[in-house]
Amino acid sequence: MDSATTTTANARADSHLAWPDRIHDHFKRVGVRQVGYVPDTGHSRLIKLCQADPEIIDVVLTSEAEGAGLVAGAALGGQRAALLMQSSGVGNCINMFSLLPNCGFPCLILVTMRGEFGDFNPWQVPMGSITEQVLKLCGFLTYRVEHAEDVDPVVGSGCDMAFSGNLRIAILLAQRLAGHRR
Amino acid sequence: MTPATLDRREFVARLLADRGDLLVVGGLGSPTYDVAACGDHPLNFYIWSAMGCAAMVGLGLALARPDRRVAVLTGDGEALMGVGSLATIGVKQPQNLAIVVLDNAHYGATGMQPSHTKAGVDLATVAKGCRFRHVVEVSEMERAAEMRALIHDSVGPTFILARVAADDPPRVYPSLDGHATKYRFMQASAKPTR
Repeated sequence: MDSATTTTANARADSHLAWPDRIHDHFKRVGVRQVGYVPDTGHSRLIKLCQADPEIIDVVLTSEAEGAGLVAGAALGGQRAALLMQSSGVGNCINMFSLLPNCGFPCLILVTMRGEFGDFNPWQVPMGSITEQVLKLCGFLTYRVEHAEDVDPVVGSGCDMAFSGNLRIAILLAQRLAGHRR
Repeated sequence: MTPATLDRREFVARLLADRGDLLVVGGLGSPTYDVAACGDHPLNFYIWSAMGCAAMVGLGLALARPDRRVAVLTGDGEALMGVGSLATIGVKQPQNLAIVVLDNAHYGATGMQPSHTKAGVDLATVAKGCRFRHVVEVSEMERAAEMRALIHDSVGPTFILARVAADDPPRVYPSLDGHATKYRFMQASAKPTR
């Protein structure tokens, strides 16, 4: 293996471990200043990166339902905001999401999936299996990421679409990527 | 409990008198009508859906604009539906945010059915437990100026529980165009560019 190939392979190995860092990189690139979340295993590294970032205000929520209001308020104040949640949290948000298309607020959500690959808890299936459809019905464009190497381009594109076009964008991180539960 | 006799329209008018560059969020239902009844203003953001979101809109705005004062005026029913957001505000401790609950103990928009506060649930106690720095209950019009001063000058998250009369004054509808209201608000409140 030549050195270039080795470097590429290492980069791929790194990106596999560090996909949350790629999301954080894009938050920085597009100037996300507020990040709302409910604590989550799949998002734990990204949450720590946001907490440690002096340019990002991290807002821990009691329910994902609080997120749409936070995003709207941030936008009114001239700041970009993103939300991190599990697929179960999407169900908590439905009526609150109405705020976003009613006023054309941009919204970027990173959703870690439950109830699919390797989830020990079948009770997660009813919500996990309808999450993408629910988001679409609520006016979100949805993009699903299965592999770590796709996080960077998909999240990058999603950030641009959300904030340059005032669109609602949800990126679903497959449970096989975000970590299965035992 | 102190008898609730505050006239909500007069109380809100006194709260928003000489408002300067105060940013105002009107919660779904009667509080939005109360805010609109004071006269439409480009620094008003009226909420027409998503019941329970008003306090969080205020938090996102207050965090984004630490240079400005933010007041959320909402009702007891709306605040109850988003009661967890009081805890979220308590965690962030914004220095420039006041939540004013116009508590008439009823759901005015749907026909004046009693709310949880009618049964004695006390949102001021909830706010204290959620680490609001200033928590005030008011049922006398003479204290409106004091409440106005709190909104403009308090340091730390502020919660004003105004016990208003359970009436349903004539509705004053501001614009229903969320896009227009948003852009007007953003333009009127934008930081000056060099």
